[in-house]
Amino acid sequence: MRLAVLLILLLGTPVMAQQPQPQQQDEFVPVSQLPAQDQLPAAPLLVTAYAFVWIAFFAYVASVARRLSSVQREVERLDSDIKRGTRG
Amino acid sequence: MPKWFVPAVGLCAVMFAASPFLIARADYESTMGLVQKIFYYHLPSAWTFLLSAVVCGIASARFLFGGSRRQDRLAYAAAELTVLFGAIVLVTGPLWARKAWGVWWQWDVRLTSSLMGWMVAWAYLLVRKYGGPGSDKLAAGLALFGMANVPFVYVSVNYWRTIHPATSVVPTLPVDMGLALWFSVACFLLLFVLLLRLRVHLEEQRATLDALHLSLDE
Repeated sequence: MRLAVLLILLLGTPVMAQQPQPQQQDEFVPVSQLPAQDQLPAAPLLVTAYAFVWIAFFAYVASVARRLSSVQREVERLDSDIKRGTRG
Repeated sequence: MPKWFVPAVGLCAVMFAASPFLIARADYESTMGLVQKIFYYHLPSAWTFLLSAVVCGIASARFLFGGSRRQDRLAYAAAELTVLFGAIVLVTGPLWARKAWGVWWQWDVRLTSSLMGWMVAWAYLLVRKYGGPGSDKLAAGLALFGMANVPFVYVSVNYWRTIHPATSVVPTLPVDMGLALWFSVACFLLLFVLLLRLRVHLEEQRATLDALHLSLDE
């Protein structure tokens, strides 16, 4: 048991020693510019904007086409009813 | 539908397919970088939004004072397009602002008056749908307010303190940026004309349907 604990301490110490420990901060230091890796990426915003435009257009055209075909079907149905009524 | 409609749809599709190449070729803006390229769809959609509000307002005025049903159908179609293009402006704008300004939204005069114009168009559609008899005239009155808001939206950035770019940006654009912008403007205007014609056609078909119902009742 003692041997096992000793081995863990001996092998574990170099691994822990390799990890950099964050230092305690006494004050916050302001910078006017963020480092490049921390800045908000532009590409997702750009892609979202253009994708939204295309989706909005396609959705609107689909909505108008659906309403138009429904009204046209109804017009044709009534038209044929009226013609049948006139003949009868 | 008129004969020119289908060829114009083809032309519009080709133009929209070509527009990303022109936009990609245009230079980056020095302070905003890549995200500024939202501008090439944001500004044309904003102009189309304002144009459709004006079309809706003029057609509503002609309906109110002349009683033309054709003008009423045009106003109804334009109001729907005001909502569509307004939604594009109000979504693409904050996506651009998040990167360029660090915030999604500012309650400044340009953004607030644009939102107000969009809500007036929504109000027009809701009144038409749920307002019952006489709602067409009430909605036409709303459309006049929507149209009166348009010049205010346009000039607001030049008279009030705001972080939104001023109208002077467009005339001072360098050639490749200007080319991409004006090509996108042409795309959006053509699309607006096509969608307006399609939406008016739907209203014409609805009018035909109403006439058929009346003749069947008699």
